[in-house]
Formats: sequence, C-alpha cells, structure tokens
Amino acid sequence: MENTSKRYWKGVEELRNDATFVKNANSEFANPDLSESSDDLEGLLGGSNTQRRDFLKVMGFGMAAVSLAACETPVHKAIPYINKPEFTFPSISDYYASTFSEGGDYAAILVETREGRPIKIEGNPTSSVSKGGTTPRVQASLLSLYDIDKLKGPQRGGSSIEWAVADREISSQLNSVAGRGGAIRIITSTILSPATKAVIADFVAKYPTTRHITYDANSVFGIVQANQASFGKAVIPSYDFSKAQTIVSVGADFLGSWIAPIEYMGPYAQGRKIGAIGGGKKTMSRHYQFETGLSMTGANADYRTAIKPSQEGLVVAALYNKVAAKLGGTAIGTPSVTVANLDKAATDLANARGKALVVSGSNDPNVQIVVNALNNLLGSYGTTIDINTPVNYRQGNDQQMNAFINEAKAGQIGAALFFASNPVYDHPRGAELAEALPRIALSVSFADRADETASLSKYITPAPHFLESWNDAEPKQGYYSLMQPAITLIFKTRQFQSSLLTWAGKPSDYQTYLKNYWRTTHFPQATGFSSFDAFWVKCLNDGVFEPNAAPAVAGGATFAGNVAQAAAGIAQRYKPTTGMELALYEKNAIGTGAMANNPWLQELPDPVSKACWDNYAAISQKTAGDMKLAQNDLVTVSVNGKSIELPVLIQPGQADNTVSVAIGYGREKAGKSANGVGKNAYPFATITGGYATYSAFDAKVEKASGTHEIAQTQTHDTVMGRKAVLQESILAQYQKSPKAGRYEPKVQTSKGATDPTDITLWNGYGKPNHSWGMVIDLNSCIGCGTCVVACNAENNIQVVGRKEVIRRREMHWMRIDRYYSSDGEAENYSALEVASANPEVTFQPMLCQHCSNAPCETVCPVLATTHSTEGLNQMTYNRCIGTRYCANNCPYKVRRFNWFKYFDNDNFDYHFNNDLGKMVINPDVTVRSRGVIEKCSFCVQRIQESKLTAKKERRRLGADEVQTACAQSCPTTAIVFGDMNNPESTISKVLAVELEGRAFHVLEEINVRPQISYLTKIRNKDEEPKNKETERQEAHA
Amino acid sequence: MLIRSINRVYKMSHLYKLCGTIALFLMLLLANAQVKAQDAAAGGAAAPAAPAGGGGDVEKGKTLFTNNCAQCHAVTSEKVVGPGLKGIKERAPGGDWLHKWIKNSSALIASGDQYANQVFNANGKVQMSSFPSLSDADIDGILAYIDQAGKPAVTADVAGAADTKNAGGTGGSGPTSGGPSELFTLVLVALLVVMLLVLGVLLVIVTILSKAVSPVSIGEGTQIPSTFSQRLKTGLSNTFNNPTLRSIVIWLFLLVAAKETIDGAYGIGIQQGYAPKQPIAYSHKLHAGQYKIDCNYCHTGAQKGKSATIPAANICMNCHGVIKKESPEIQKIYTAIEENRPIEWIRVHNLPDLAYFNHAQHVNVGNVACQTCHGEVEKMEVMEARSSLTMGWCIDCHRRTEVNTKDNAYYDKLVALHRKESKEPLKVANIGGLECSKCHY
Repeated sequence: MENTSKRYWKGVEELRNDATFVKNANSEFANPDLSESSDDLEGLLGGSNTQRRDFLKVMGFGMAAVSLAACETPVHKAIPYINKPEFTFPSISDYYASTFSEGGDYAAILVETREGRPIKIEGNPTSSVSKGGTTPRVQASLLSLYDIDKLKGPQRGGSSIEWAVADREISSQLNSVAGRGGAIRIITSTILSPATKAVIADFVAKYPTTRHITYDANSVFGIVQANQASFGKAVIPSYDFSKAQTIVSVGADFLGSWIAPIEYMGPYAQGRKIGAIGGGKKTMSRHYQFETGLSMTGANADYRTAIKPSQEGLVVAALYNKVAAKLGGTAIGTPSVTVANLDKAATDLANARGKALVVSGSNDPNVQIVVNALNNLLGSYGTTIDINTPVNYRQGNDQQMNAFINEAKAGQIGAALFFASNPVYDHPRGAELAEALPRIALSVSFADRADETASLSKYITPAPHFLESWNDAEPKQGYYSLMQPAITLIFKTRQFQSSLLTWAGKPSDYQTYLKNYWRTTHFPQATGFSSFDAFWVKCLNDGVFEPNAAPAVAGGATFAGNVAQAAAGIAQRYKPTTGMELALYEKNAIGTGAMANNPWLQELPDPVSKACWDNYAAISQKTAGDMKLAQNDLVTVSVNGKSIELPVLIQPGQADNTVSVAIGYGREKAGKSANGVGKNAYPFATITGGYATYSAFDAKVEKASGTHEIAQTQTHDTVMGRKAVLQESILAQYQKSPKAGRYEPKVQTSKGATDPTDITLWNGYGKPNHSWGMVIDLNSCIGCGTCVVACNAENNIQVVGRKEVIRRREMHWMRIDRYYSSDGEAENYSALEVASANPEVTFQPMLCQHCSNAPCETVCPVLATTHSTEGLNQMTYNRCIGTRYCANNCPYKVRRFNWFKYFDNDNFDYHFNNDLGKMVINPDVTVRSRGVIEKCSFCVQRIQESKLTAKKERRRLGADEVQTACAQSCPTTAIVFGDMNNPESTISKVLAVELEGRAFHVLEEINVRPQISYLTKIRNKDEEPKNKETERQEAHA
Repeated sequence: MLIRSINRVYKMSHLYKLCGTIALFLMLLLANAQVKAQDAAAGGAAAPAAPAGGGGDVEKGKTLFTNNCAQCHAVTSEKVVGPGLKGIKERAPGGDWLHKWIKNSSALIASGDQYANQVFNANGKVQMSSFPSLSDADIDGILAYIDQAGKPAVTADVAGAADTKNAGGTGGSGPTSGGPSELFTLVLVALLVVMLLVLGVLLVIVTILSKAVSPVSIGEGTQIPSTFSQRLKTGLSNTFNNPTLRSIVIWLFLLVAAKETIDGAYGIGIQQGYAPKQPIAYSHKLHAGQYKIDCNYCHTGAQKGKSATIPAANICMNCHGVIKKESPEIQKIYTAIEENRPIEWIRVHNLPDLAYFNHAQHVNVGNVACQTCHGEVEKMEVMEARSSLTMGWCIDCHRRTEVNTKDNAYYDKLVALHRKESKEPLKVANIGGLECSKCHY
C-alpha cells in the first residue's frame, strides 16, 4: 500500500476537491440539512432523522422545562364571603328540598349544594309520590344546569338583546296581535305546576285570544280519552303495582318510560322482594309482558312474549275474551291471535281477581277502552287502580296540537309561544311546523338554548334551569311539591312565568306570586300552623305538602265504555302483516330527547342493549339472518316515504320481522354532546285519527352500504353457564328451600372436598371497628342505571365519548351487567354464547367487590392499592404509576384506567372541558388524571364524612347512617349498604338470614372474599320441565 | 520490585477508596440527619397537649371559655373587648347574678339591675352576647376555670403552655430542634473528625512508604527533586494525576450533585416558610398574640368542617365597626364591603388536591392546637407556612399522636379493642390513621 501511487476518490466532488467537500471531509456524521425542515423541533421530534444527541438535547430541555415549570408554584387565592350567611359554612353541604320537573316527569328531590352550587341530587323521602326514588334523568339533570351550550341571555333573530328591549317589543307585538283578534297560542309540554297554570290564565285574561296547547313528545292521550269514554273522566289514574299479584303489560314500559316510572318502580319491586329484604315474605307478583322490542320492563318480566305492533290490539282483545270466558263477561268480536303465554296470563289474571293489573302502552283509545274493560272485569278499580286520584304527568292533547299545526300551516296564528317544548324536533309533524313557523308574525321560545324550534322563532327569551327556579308541582291530585332555587341565576335568564306576567302587565316577581298562590290555595288546606309564614317555611323545608296523604281508600269506578265499538275499531286496525313493522320506543336515559345534551345520559348504556351514544335499528337474530345483516351494518329504515339510515343491532327478544328505533336522538341544535348523535325517529310517528301513533305496520328495512359501529359497554351476552357468576331459581323452588339456585363450589383437597374459604394463602385483615359491605338483591334490581349516574355525579367520573367506549375504555365505576339466557347445551360453549331468541334476562350491578383477599392488591408494584381496617380496598391515585397489573388481575373487571387526561382536553369536549361544567365537580373527590387506575371506593368520602359527624357529636355511628351514592339513589332499594359489624344495621339483619339462604358471592370458588353479597334472582315461573323446542316455537309463532 | 510497588499502590488505592467512601457516606448521613432533625422537630411540636390536671368542670369550663368567652374577655384583669375577668366572682353581687348576666345580659340590664347597668355603662355600652344554651353547671365550670387561670402560677396562654410542656419532654423548645437529633448530629460530627484524622494518618503513612520505595524505582538516573517547592510541585502534580484520587473526586461530585437534585426534586411544591404579602396587612401577632382573640372567633369553620375558613368581612366588622375605623388597612375592608367585592387573600397553606384534610377532625375531634401545624401564629406579623405539609410530616404526627378518645363514644369500641392487645396508648396509627383512603380519595 505504501508504494502505490494510485488515487481513489469517493466521488467526483473529492476529485474536484470542491469547497463543501473540504468542509465536511473531517466530520464522520454529517448534520442533517436543517434548512429543509421548516420546523426544526418538529423534525427532531417527529422525523425519522432523529439522532441520539438531538434526542438527548430535546429530552434535556424538556426535563429542564418541566422542572422549571414545577418549581414555580402558582399563587392560590383564598376568597372569603363579604358577608357570610349565618348557617352556611364553606366545605359543608347544605340541602334544599326542591322538585324535579321536566316535560311532565316529576321527582321530589333534595339538592346538595356546596358554596352555593348544587353538586348532587338525591331523592326526597318525604314525598309519598316519588318516595325518595330517582331516575337516571333526575340524577343527570344536575349536569344540565351547567351546560355551556345554553343561551346567556335573550335573543332576537340570533343576536343578543336586552331584556327590556325584548319585553317592549314582544309586549307591543302581542298587543297588536290581540288587538286585531289574531290567535295567540302557548305551546307547552305537560305543566305540573298549578301556579304556572294560574299565570297562564292571567296571561289569557290580558290577551283573550290566547289558548294554551299542551302536547307530550311521547303521548298517552289515548288513555285519557279512553278513561273519558269509560268513566267520564279524562284523566290518567294512579296505578299501584305493589298490590298486584298478576301484572300484565302489553307494550307498556312502565319501569322505563311509560307515564311515571318513578312512581311505579318502587312498588313494583316491593311486590317482587322476597326473603329478609322483603320483610320475610315468600310470595311475589307475577309479571307478563307482551311487547315488540325487549324493553327494560320486559327484561324484568317472568313471562315475556314478543309480539308485532300489529298484534298489540288483538292481544289485548284476546286477553279480554279469555278472561271474560273465565269470569263471565261478554266476548268481543276480534280476530283471534296466537301468541305464547296468552292463556297462561288469562288464567293467572282471572285467579288473581282483585289483585290484578293490566296496562297497555298503546296510544289507541280503542285498545285502552278494552284494557279498562278488562281491568274492570278483574276488579282492579278500587284495588290496583285508583281513578279518583288521577295523576298529571301527561296532559298532552294530540288533537289540539294537531289542530295548531294545521292552523299554523294555514297562516291563522298570530303569535306562538313555546315553553318547555320543541315540537319542530319532537312532534311527528315537526317538519311541517318548521316550514310554517317563520310565517308566524310573533314567535317566542323560552328554551334555554337555540334548539330546533327556538332557532326558528323570532325571539328566544331563555328560561332558567329548574335548579335556578321557583315553582310548584302537583304530580298527583292533592299531592303538592315546591321547587326552590339552589343557585342564583347563572346567565341572564328569566323564568317563563315572570316573562308572561311582565307581558301581561303584572308584577313580574314569580316568587311572590307563587307564595300568594299558596297562601290562597293551600294554606286553608293545612292545619296546625300559626301563620302562613310558618306553613310556607315548613313546606319549603319538607319540599312537599300532601294534605290528602292519609291512606285513601282507592276509589272504585263504574265502567260505562262501549267495548263492542272499541273491539270493532281494533278489528279494523290490527290486521296480520307479512312485511316489516316498526316500533318506536323511548330509552330510559335519553327519554324524549329534551335532555339529550347531557353527556352523563348519553354515556349511560341502554339497560338491555348496553349501547350508548347512538340509536339503532334493533332487529331479531332471525330477521337479521333472513336479511343477511350483521351487527353494525347500516340499513335504511323507511316509513311513509320518510327514511333514515341506522346501524343494525341484533337484539335477542325482538319480535321477528320488526324493527325498533329509539326516539330522542338525532338532535341537531341541542349542543355539543347531542348534535349528530343518532337519528331522529320522530318523523316515523304519525297522527292517526287524532292520536299520535308510535308504530308503523308497513315499514321497510333495506341494507345500505357501509357500517357504523355501535358503542356497547357489554358485548358478551350470556354467562355461558357460569353458575358462580349468576345464581337464580324459580319461586316454587325457593319456597321449598331458601337456598334454591345457590351454587356452592367445593375445592378438592387431600382431605376431600372443602369450601374454598377453608383453604387460603392469606392471613386476612382484621376489621375491628367497621366492616363496610353491600347486599344487592337481584330480584329488586330492574337495571335502570340510576345508580350509575348517581355514581358519576358523586365521584367525578369522566365522560369518554363514543369512540372510547368502543375501545372498552368507559370509566363507569358501577356498571349493570345484563345477561341473557342461552338455549345452548352445557357442553357446547360456542352455542352457549348465543342468546336465546326470547331470552330470560338478569341484571347484575357490578362494582368493586372490595375483596378481603384482593388479587389486585398483591400485584401492585407500588402499593397504590391497599386494604383498610374497615374492609375497603383502597385506591391511591397519586401513588399509581399505571402498570395496570391490578386491572389485569381483577376477577370482576371493575378497575378503570385513565387512558387520557379527560379534563381540559378538546378531544373530550364534555363538561370537564369548560369552567361552567366543572362546577358539577364534587370537591371531596379527586379528579383523576392520565395514567392512573380508578375504581369504586364505596364512596369513602361519605363514610369519612359520616364518621366525622359522629365523632363531632361524640357518639357511635348510627346503624344505616352511611349511604353510598348508588344505594341512596336506587329507586327499588335493591342495594343495601352498611356496617356488617353493627348488628343493628339493615345489612346485618339481611345477611343474618340470607347467608344461609339467597346470599352468594360472585366467583366464590376463587376465595377472594368480597364484601359484596348478591341475593339470588328468583323468577315467578311455573315449575315445569322446560321443553326448549316448544318454547322456541311458541316464541316464533 | 516494580510489580510489588504497583501492588502496594493498588492496595493503597483500595484504602483511599474505602476512606473516600466512608467520608462520603458520612457526609450524606449528616445531610440526611439534618433533614430528619427538621422532621423530628416538626413532629415533636405535633404531639398533642397532655391533658391538664384539675377538676372536671374546670376542664370543661376551659373549653367553654375558649369557645365562647375568649374572643372578648381575658382571664387576667386586662381588658380586651369586655373587661378582664380576674376576680369576677368576688366582684359580682353574687353567683346568681353572674348566671343571669351570662345567660342574658340585656334582660338583666332591662330589668333595671343596678350593678348590671353600671357594668354596661362602664364598658362603653357594648352589649354582651347572650348564652342561653349554657347550663348553670357550665357557667360554674367557666367561673371555676377563670378562678384557677387567674392565679399567677398558671400561664394564661393555653397553647403556649401546651407547647412548653410538650417540648419539655424532648428537652428544648419546639421549633429550634429536638434533643436526640442534636446529639445525633454531634456524634456524627465527632465521627467525621475521627475519620478525617485517620485519613490524614493514612496519607502520611502512604507518603512515608512511597518515599521508602522511591529510591529504588528512581535510582536509574532520575534526579531527586531538590527544593521543597519542586517537591511540592511534583507531589501535587502526582496527586492530580493520580487516577484513584481523580475518580474519587469525580464520584464524590456526581453523588453530591445527584443527592442535591433528588433533594431539590422533593422540595418542589413544598412551601415551608412561604409568607406572601397579603392585600391587607393583617397582623396575627396583634390579634391573636396581643389581644388573645381565639383562633375560632374568626376561623369559624375549624371546629365544623374541612375548611377553617378565612373570616368574612362581616366578622371583621364585629370589632372594627367601632375600633380603629380610620386605619388605612381597615379602610380597605370598608371599601370591599362598599364595593361588594370580596378580599382576595393569598393562600398560605396549599395542600395538593390529592390530599384531603379536614380541620374539624383535627381541631374539634382530635383537640389538636392550631399551633401544632401552623406554628406560633400569635407571634407572626405576616402569616407564614411553618410546616412542610408533606406526607412524611403528616404520617409522622399520626404515628406519634395519641387519639383524643376522652368522652367520645365513637372511639369506645376501638379503645376497648386496643386495650386487649396492647398497653401502649392508642395512637392515630393504631386505628387506621396511616391508611391511604383516610386522606386520598
């Protein structure tokens, strides 16, 4: 080599020896040409040309930046009151009795406020109407208070104006309309408040051309009219499900959406509680359900039959005929119908005469007249039905509303005022009204947002949320309730009543008006008060005033309806079809869609399908097979030339050749959370003979292109025969042995089979003082999900949205598992996975079981989850490093991981992304950040608070003093929480009996020793060997 | 020979390393000990006041006095808002009169009682609050307490007394330092000195040995350095070039730097000593120290709930409605009230959101003195965060503090259970006071 004279060059540059070559000749690793990248940092971080040193540089900078940022401690302000109210202390909750009232739905509530902001709604146990119960919507209504999409003040044509301007202009226009005799219409949903009706009357007195039109988005006008025809009373009676031994419901989802579930859930569950939790009784009601889609009510039925909407009237008529044959009534001439369980239902009804109840969800007065006749035959009036104490939950008049739309189209309306109503969206003829609305000279909406109707109205004079308002309510004749504000007005809103009073030229102070109304109307009914003020304060404190609450003897009634005529109507309308039929239904969370912009409700899964953030076309397995449709396939559903595209959800229990679609979705102008979620199914409803009809006998379902994934929180439908998870039996077996249906696993040891609890690796933890535990009665749990929303509110649980739910990343600490039964044989696991065509359903609330031998605790590498001396499995967020070993090792899958920072994150633009929405945060509970596991804490903040109260008062903790949010909110008291060390507590008393009876632990064989016991599900079914083939045929018939 | 000398040097380097490590270890220990001493001091102060002796009603009277009377009255003859109560029993017309007066002074004045009117007029016609809820026994208790507290032997400053008593047990005053930790530091320093001496001796030996070796190894022509300066120079350069020594220095530096970084990181978010300037130059020294106004008078939430609460302006007005109205600082309160704009105080004690702390649990149930955590507020001109509020600080106190179970039925079962197992007093840690979900949820 040394001698060679040859020259090698690496390229022509070297040969030429040009400047750049010389410059770079000695650098081994050429720097990337940064001028090519417009953003250096981006190139460094994101590009593939990242180099080690650059990486270190950036990392070093990042670390320095982070530590610098961390060093700079922000200055926190502490701002006291200027003038502190005497009995209010920061950090101590105040409770105000008030009233939830939304579109005719009612609940007496207690509002928990902290530093002047409501943070939780509880049921008011003083009320004998709602009896302390709540529903998901009642619980979630709190979040609607802090909805950022609400209007901040009055608007004219989309731009803000002052209230004074609005008042001046609207008053003068009203005067001119009234002056020329133009029609003024006030369109509302059901108004429960007598005082508000008095205000409307005052308004009418000032503007005599005014008429008040009431309609309900999910109307039961047919019942009202049928009662008018049957008893001469245009009312909805009170139903008492607790007194009924046999309940037959034809399409009435009375636990979820029919009239007033809040009033029916508790008594219904009362009738179905057995054993220690039911006061020792060993009998329960029997519930038959005939319906199209599998509703929550149907899921709770002992016998459920899937029928097509076109069979509904016929089923009622056939039931009438069969009962009449047994009890000696006259048969009516309707075509016969063959559906399963009809004879059985008729026999049970006839046997339970005087303790029977038949309800129907139909809005067809003919059907309801036959139902009335049937109830009359069964002696239900005066026992299970009290028509002399009517309820006011649904006052809508379909005919008047229909007439209004006709008038509007004809240009005969001078002024239209919309309060608590959104007919453009939720009326079957909404589209027609939308066209006519701009032609009405004066249109005013009192909506809190520029919704579908309000945005077409000339003025929006927003009314505040019910938690900011004064009002009263009369949900049931003679039962009164007061609404008082729990927060000062958030925005420049004004109550509807004040606006009407202002425009009617009266003093606009509605609080004074209300007080005076009560002084003249209710004070004379009260006894034992020295002054009106004393009475008023007492009513405000209690929240309710029930002068007639003494146990009234339910009034009987004389039936005077024309059954034959009704039967003829039924025979004419209900005819067998061969094609697809459509049934519209209301979900218990979203309801009619008025509260759709509520992320808690959107994320609450449907009790049965477990789907959230969407509505869908529910079809049966067989129909899906026939049409070659799979889950999530898009289909076009069309009725009367109107069509929408929806994803398919295969719903076990759905009647074949039917499709069920939920109303309440497809909002366009409700706000960020609701807009574009699902499709609006209201246009599918029709006005038939003056009554809104929520079904169609001639629907078309066609496969469309593409798919749309439905977010479901549970995708495994059956327990696949795992008796360790779900234990159930039938009533007859239970009456023989309280341990019926119990599965008691044994473990084989060298000494033979032993209980799994007899062998253990662990030493266990002492629970010397308290041992917090829970009993969940599977018989009482109806699956409504109120506990889930209550838990969301209490524990600051984040909303994650549809996409994250699809990725199985929902954050709910409490979930309600729904299990279908399967026809599969025990050996065939893939067949076991498939739910029956018409399955039995069991709801199982599932939350952290607070195992005494917790598998999660042993695997945590940083001791972020540990055990307490009170039986709690503790989760310490600030210690968690997010390995997720615990979630992996949890046999119940109740631990949730924060995949993202869900607050202050534009990708999760729900209430935690704005300051107003954050006002709902419970200040006692940490808001978890990204990268940590969270789970049910047994509401440890409530335990600690109650303990502290006891300590401050230097006494022992009361027996049932601590209540978790879920137990407190449960409308059927299916959840019993308490101290198992205190023999006086309800839980101890229940377990004392049921430990040798219905109580079981889920997955007992793994010996994790949960603090939660479940009570076996007992169905009131007849004891007969199941012949699955015949049952299946019956179901398909 | 060469190999032997290298070997020896190698052994020497082992020795160096060992010495270095020991020295470093000691330094680190010392640094740690200082931190711990601080914690211990805080912990020492955190121990509760031992129950004072005396009759039961005196004890109760003390509590009642603190909660109801101390805002306006001192047990000495000093006038606060109302007159000093020293010798009140002798002064008043009779025990019955005092009962009537305390329960409803305005009724007594209205009834035309001569002494009542005399007292009322003598004190600027400021009406005393009525205490109808106090029973006769309660009032006797209060009077008994005043009697006892007025005697010179007992210090009026209740909290101060508790502190001194407590600190007496550990030998020294609370905030400076605890006795055992001081001793510990001393021992460490002594050890360090000894170790340094040993190091020096070893170095001397090494030098001598290397000298003994050097003639052989440099015998091959290298000049022996003649002058002292040259020798020093060579010695120094040898020292600098010595790889062992260099690595020791580098390691030392790295370790100290790492230690500092970690300590610094632990300090993030700790605001011990934080004393921001407040919008109103309010002096606790004046109010709580000089005028001995009870903490609960203004911080009304401390007995009731999570937040001790910063007083609303209307509480200030209880006194400043008449007192020192002209002061520019107090005028700020007037302005705030007039403009209906609350005063934005700067929060001094900032606990992170992840920790739940409830004042009522500690102050009301636990009977912990405010000073235990907040330091001698009554001596602070500007409010300052005296405690670190770290979890170690909380836990430390929970380990040391006895549960205040006296007359509290809630704890009966726990006390009974504890007595069965142990003769030690019932500490907070014994009843789950170290469990995560007591503070984190």
